[in-house]
Amino acid sequence: MTRNLILGAVLSSLVLLAAAVSFLWTPFDHAAMNIPAKLQTPNAQHWLGTDHFGRDLMSMIMVGARTSIAVALVAVGIGMGAGVPLGLAAAARKGSWLDELIMRGNDLVFAFPSLVIAILITAVLGAGAVNAIIAIGIFNIPVFARITRGAALSLWEREFILAARVAGKGAARISAEHILPNVMNLLIVQGTIQFSLGILAEAGLSYVGLGAQPPTPSWGRMLADAQTMVSFAPHLALVPGMAIILTVLGLNLLGDGLRDYLDPKLRVARA
Amino acid sequence: MLRYALKRLLSLFLSLAVASLVIFLVVEVAPGDPASFMLGVNAQPDTVAALRAELGLDQGKLARYLTWAAGMLSGDFGTSYTYRTPVAGMIADRLWVSLPLALYALTLSTLIAFPAGIYAAARRGKPGDMAVMGATQLGVAVPNFWFAMMLVLIFAINLRWFGAGGFPGWEAGLWSGLHALTLPAIALALPQAAILTRVMRSALLDILGEDFMRTARAKGLTRNQALWRHGVRNALIPVLTIIGLQFSFLLAGAIIIEQVFYLPGLGRLVFQAISSRDLIVVESVVMLLVFAVITVNFLVDLAYALADPRLRSRS
Repeated sequence: MTRNLILGAVLSSLVLLAAAVSFLWTPFDHAAMNIPAKLQTPNAQHWLGTDHFGRDLMSMIMVGARTSIAVALVAVGIGMGAGVPLGLAAAARKGSWLDELIMRGNDLVFAFPSLVIAILITAVLGAGAVNAIIAIGIFNIPVFARITRGAALSLWEREFILAARVAGKGAARISAEHILPNVMNLLIVQGTIQFSLGILAEAGLSYVGLGAQPPTPSWGRMLADAQTMVSFAPHLALVPGMAIILTVLGLNLLGDGLRDYLDPKLRVARA
Repeated sequence: MLRYALKRLLSLFLSLAVASLVIFLVVEVAPGDPASFMLGVNAQPDTVAALRAELGLDQGKLARYLTWAAGMLSGDFGTSYTYRTPVAGMIADRLWVSLPLALYALTLSTLIAFPAGIYAAARRGKPGDMAVMGATQLGVAVPNFWFAMMLVLIFAINLRWFGAGGFPGWEAGLWSGLHALTLPAIALALPQAAILTRVMRSALLDILGEDFMRTARAKGLTRNQALWRHGVRNALIPVLTIIGLQFSFLLAGAIIIEQVFYLPGLGRLVFQAISSRDLIVVESVVMLLVFAVITVNFLVDLAYALADPRLRSRS
């Protein structure tokens, strides 16, 4: 299954590269309007064509990649940063009120799909990329908490943890020094998957106007703009759509490949 | 079984109470007073005060929460700040679009996923399996609203088999209603079908290794007979959970798909409410969605316990 890993790594690196290069160079200024050159299909000058304002789609896709990556990455960071310690704590105190509280809290957050969290936050704070990050991030917390707790629980039964306890280490130290390194692989794999889900969620939120706001280019926003023009300029929808699909596909393949590569025991079909 | 059901029912009510409190508190911190927003910047202070009293905004937070929560229990969601009509009625009208759409999509996704998952499991590692798995990999990567736009481009604009959007209402007849919801339902169902196919396949593959499957084969059943008679039935438990989870995602996902097809569902209601700061409508729609998620999960848990006695004793 290294084929998945390679294909996934190549696709993901391409997107990261496009985003990184966009800080230094884009074929055109992504915001520069050029009405005479509007709605061009892909050609030698504009590789991916131009939109209704004559803006270069390739440049917009490259800069838009930054928004997608930034939102999804920070959202994964929030989910891991809060979810992993919660999961470790719940596993260390299995069956206690703390465990119960954390797990019920998780159930509660799970009842709010990220779109619903986004709607609530937008209603209160207004639309924007930061609020999209918060919405996706909050939704990620129970995902990481649950997966960490599950993996940590089975580790707590193992002899090497018993040895660490006999050596006098406390629960917090065992969690940090022995449990965490052993669940790391699982977290990396889940992180990749949540990253790809974050890209999709960001695109959806921007599409309905709850994510990044107009001057900031974003793939979802580009699709929203393309919608009324899809009948005579389908490339406006095809280009950002393909960018999203290839990115998400790449990250998913990378996640699958990493899982097989990092731990053959985990070779179970993902739900 | 009864004790288990009661215990789960208690936790259902508790979850709903906490969720409603969270929603209320989040909306409470919203900056801006709905009454002054509705009356505009030039309103007289006493007019604003009168409207605040009329909307019940002059009462304390706890009193307002209790009024809101008690009202919902009796089906009274309050009065819309902008339209001055009962929120319950507005939601009920929209639900007649969103709910059938979600159910339609759920049906489609199940109809696609069951045969595809069973087919892939039966041909594990062969080209047929690889083709199905490749398709599901693509299916989860496609944003459903983009897929919806492509469906409109192909089937509405080019082939003219369907309308590009809008909803004639159920008064126009069941057939035209379903016809208008077909493209949205397909768009909504695609990613879910991909996920469900994978779950079905992996659940079946787990079961194929079980002793009772070997017994079934030893009894003289062919591989396919054993798969159908003993495998599929046992694979239904994990598949059922995912279907339960999917329903809530479909209901929430419908909010985005409705935007593509200009459907007058909950999604359009909530976005209009956000832009006019009609917070009571936002609050109520969110509560309704959360209620649906929590309740469906409760029903799935209960269905499990009925299907598998081992789960009852565990909790």
